[in-house]
Amino acid sequence: MATSSLYLSSSPHIRAEQDSAQIMRAVIYALLPACAVSVYFFGPPALMVLIVATAGCVSCEWLCQRAMGRPSTVADGSAALTGILLALNLPPHSPWWLALIGAAVAIGIGKQVYGGLGGNPFNPALVARVVLLISFPVQMTTWHGPAPLLSGVDAVTTATPLGEMKTAVMLTGQLPPDLQGRFGDYFLGHMAGSLGEVSAAALLLGALYLFWKNILTWHIPVSYLGTVILVAGLFWWIDPTRYPNPLFHLLTGGLMLGALYMATDMVTSPVTGRGMLIFGVGCGLLTVLIRLFGGYPEGVSFAILLMNAATPLIDRFSKPKKFGYVAPG
Amino acid sequence: MKLKTFPGGLHPPDNKQWSAHKPIETCALPEELTIQLAQHIGAPAEACVQKGERVKRGQVVGQAKGFVSVPVHASSSGEVVAVEPRPHPSGRRLPAVVIRPDGEDAWIEDLTAADPHSLAPDALRERIRAAGVVGLGGATFPTHVKLSPPEGKKIDTLIVNGVECEPYLSADHRLMLEEPERVLDGIAILQRALGVARALIGIEANKPDAIALMRKICAGSAIEVVPLQVKYPQGAEKQLILALTGREVPSGGLPMDVGVVVQNVGTAAAVADAVRRGQPLIERIATVAGPGIKEPKNLRVRVGTPLAHLVTCCGGLSGEPAKIIMGGPMMGAAQLGLDVPVTRGTSGLLLFREQDLPLRLESPCIRCGRCVRVCPARIVPTAIAACGRRDLIEEAADLGAMDCIECGCCTYTCPAAIPLVQAIRQAKGAILAQRRKI
Repeated sequence: MATSSLYLSSSPHIRAEQDSAQIMRAVIYALLPACAVSVYFFGPPALMVLIVATAGCVSCEWLCQRAMGRPSTVADGSAALTGILLALNLPPHSPWWLALIGAAVAIGIGKQVYGGLGGNPFNPALVARVVLLISFPVQMTTWHGPAPLLSGVDAVTTATPLGEMKTAVMLTGQLPPDLQGRFGDYFLGHMAGSLGEVSAAALLLGALYLFWKNILTWHIPVSYLGTVILVAGLFWWIDPTRYPNPLFHLLTGGLMLGALYMATDMVTSPVTGRGMLIFGVGCGLLTVLIRLFGGYPEGVSFAILLMNAATPLIDRFSKPKKFGYVAPG
Repeated sequence: MKLKTFPGGLHPPDNKQWSAHKPIETCALPEELTIQLAQHIGAPAEACVQKGERVKRGQVVGQAKGFVSVPVHASSSGEVVAVEPRPHPSGRRLPAVVIRPDGEDAWIEDLTAADPHSLAPDALRERIRAAGVVGLGGATFPTHVKLSPPEGKKIDTLIVNGVECEPYLSADHRLMLEEPERVLDGIAILQRALGVARALIGIEANKPDAIALMRKICAGSAIEVVPLQVKYPQGAEKQLILALTGREVPSGGLPMDVGVVVQNVGTAAAVADAVRRGQPLIERIATVAGPGIKEPKNLRVRVGTPLAHLVTCCGGLSGEPAKIIMGGPMMGAAQLGLDVPVTRGTSGLLLFREQDLPLRLESPCIRCGRCVRVCPARIVPTAIAACGRRDLIEEAADLGAMDCIECGCCTYTCPAAIPLVQAIRQAKGAILAQRRKI
C-alpha cells in the first residue's frame, strides 16, 4: 500500500462549502441593486464615486500589504466590499478626491493598521465616512436631488429629508408640513441622500438574498430596526408635530443601509445571538437619539461606530449558557 | 409535527444514499486476523495466548485488566502466528494477537446458552463483560461498567441510540432494518440489567423505514420509538439525552447523573448474543463508503480483519486514496494505511481521494459567529481556539474548553478554514497535562 501520500489531519474531514471570499462576494452581489438604483437616480457622478472608492480601497489594500511585506489578500473581496460600502455612504456628487481620501482612510487607518481582515474594531467604511464628514463638512453635506437617467431633469442642490426635518425643527420647533407624505418616493429612493441611503427597496432585496444564503442572521436588522420603530414611535406619540413617525425614520437617511449592511459587518459586531440583539438595540437607540436631539441630522454612522467600540464588552457578557451548567432534573 | 432535537448542530450532506439501501453482506475471512488488545476505553487486555498456540473462534486471547476493561477474543479458529505490536487505529503500533485462520471457523465448545429472564442483573452484567461487549457507536466504553451505576445513582431511563448522525454511515440503519428482533431482545436484557421500565429508541427522521419497523415490533411494549430531527451531532450522548428527556448532563458529569444510560443499537444486539448464547463480541457491522471505493457496502466483519480486506470485499479502490478514515467523516480518525485492523469500535471505513478533500488555506477569523451558533456544547469555539493557540491555557479552561465534545461542527462550518476543534483539542490536552502536574 502506498502510504506516503496520505493525509493524516484530524477530524472533521469534510467542510461546509462557503468560505470567507464567497461571503464577501455574496455581500457585493447583494449591494448591486442599490448601486444600480443610485446610478439611475444620480447618474454618472454616482458611478464615478462607486468606481473611485472601490478601486481606491483595493489599491490601498494592495499597497499597504506590499509595503508591509505581507501576502496580498485583495482576492478575498473584502477591500472591494469596503469600497462599495464607502461609496454608498458618500454624497453622489462627491469630488473624486474625496472618495479617494475616504478609500485611503478606510483601508489604511480603518483596517490595515489593525492587521487586516478580522482585526479591525470599527467598520472601516464608517471610519472613513466620519473622518470625511468632520474634515470636509461642506463636500460631505452638499446633497443633490435625484435626476433620473434620461429624464432630462437637472440635479439641483437640496436637503435630505432628515436635513429638512432638523432645520425646520430647529427654526420653528415643528416638522415641515409635507415631509411625511412622500413614503412611496422614500421607499424607492426618489430623494436626496448618500448613494446607498436612497432606496430601501433595493437594500431589502439584497438583504433577502443574504438571508437566503445564510450570511445575514435576523438578529441585528430586527433588533436595530425594531428599536428605532419603538423609540421613534414613543416620541411621535408624545408630539407628532415635532417628531416624525417611525416609518419616516425607517425609510430616510442611512438606516436601512446601516441596519442591513453596516451594523451587520461580521468583524465589528458581536458573535453571539444575544450579543447581536444587544448590539442592535444599542444602535437603534443611539440612532434615534442623535437624529432627534444631536447636532447632526443623521446618526446611523455614529451609532454603529459607538456600538462597535462596545462589541468586545458585549461579547464578554453575552456568552451563551454552556451545556451542563443547569441544575439537573 | 415538530421533531425533538437539541440547540445547535448542523446538517452536512449525509451521503447515505450510497450504502443505506444495501443489505448487510458478510465479509469473507481474511488470511490474517490482527486482534488488538486495546479495543476499548480503559485498561487494555493482556495477552493470554502464545505464538504457535491453536485457538478456537470465541476463545479469550486477551484477559481484562481491572474493572474498566474487557477481555478480547479470537474472531475465528486458527493458529496464533504472532503476539507483538501491530498497527492500531490510533496510529501507534500496539500489542496484538495475530491469528492465521484455519478455515474451519470452529466455535469454542464451552459457550453456554442462557435464558436472560431467569438471570439476576449481576449474572447478566457478568455475561456481558465476559463477552467483551463495549459501546459500538464508536466510543467503545465497556458496557458492563455503564450497567453498574454506583449506589445512590437511580437510573430511570434507558436510551437506545439508533440516530447514526455521521454522514456516509448506514450500519446501524441496516441493523435495525434487518435484525430488529436482536436489537429488541438486547434492549429487554439491558432494561432487566438496569431495572428500568422506560426505554426510548432515538432514530433520526431520515430513516423512516427503520422508525416504522422498530415501532411495529415495539408495539405493546414499554419501549418508545422517537423520531429525531436530522441534525449532527444528534447521536452524541449528551445531546441525545437532552433531545429525548429534556435533561442536561452536568458539565463533567455522566448520563447516570441524570438517571439515564445510553446504549447504541449495535451494542444492544451484541448484548443479546452475549446473554442468550454466550457469544463474545467478535464481529460487527461496518459501512465501507466514500468516493474512493468502487462499491460502497454494509459489511458484517470479523474483528481483526485488515482494512485492505474490506476494500477488496467492496470491489477495490476507485482512484488513489488520499485519506483513509475509520469511522465517520465528522469524528472518525485518519489512518496511516490499510494494514490497520477492524476493532470493536470500527463503525465504518471511508476512502477519500485528493479531489474529495477540502484542502483550503486558513484565513483570519472574520467573527461571523457560525461556530458559536452550531456549537452543541454552547461554548465560543473561536475564543477558546484563539486562547489555545496562544498557550493561554487557564483562559481556555475558563471559557469551557473541557466542555467541548469534539463533534467538529465549528471546524466544519468555519468559512475561514480555521482548525477550531483541533485547537480546542490541543487546549484540552494542555489543561489535562497541567492538572496532572498540580
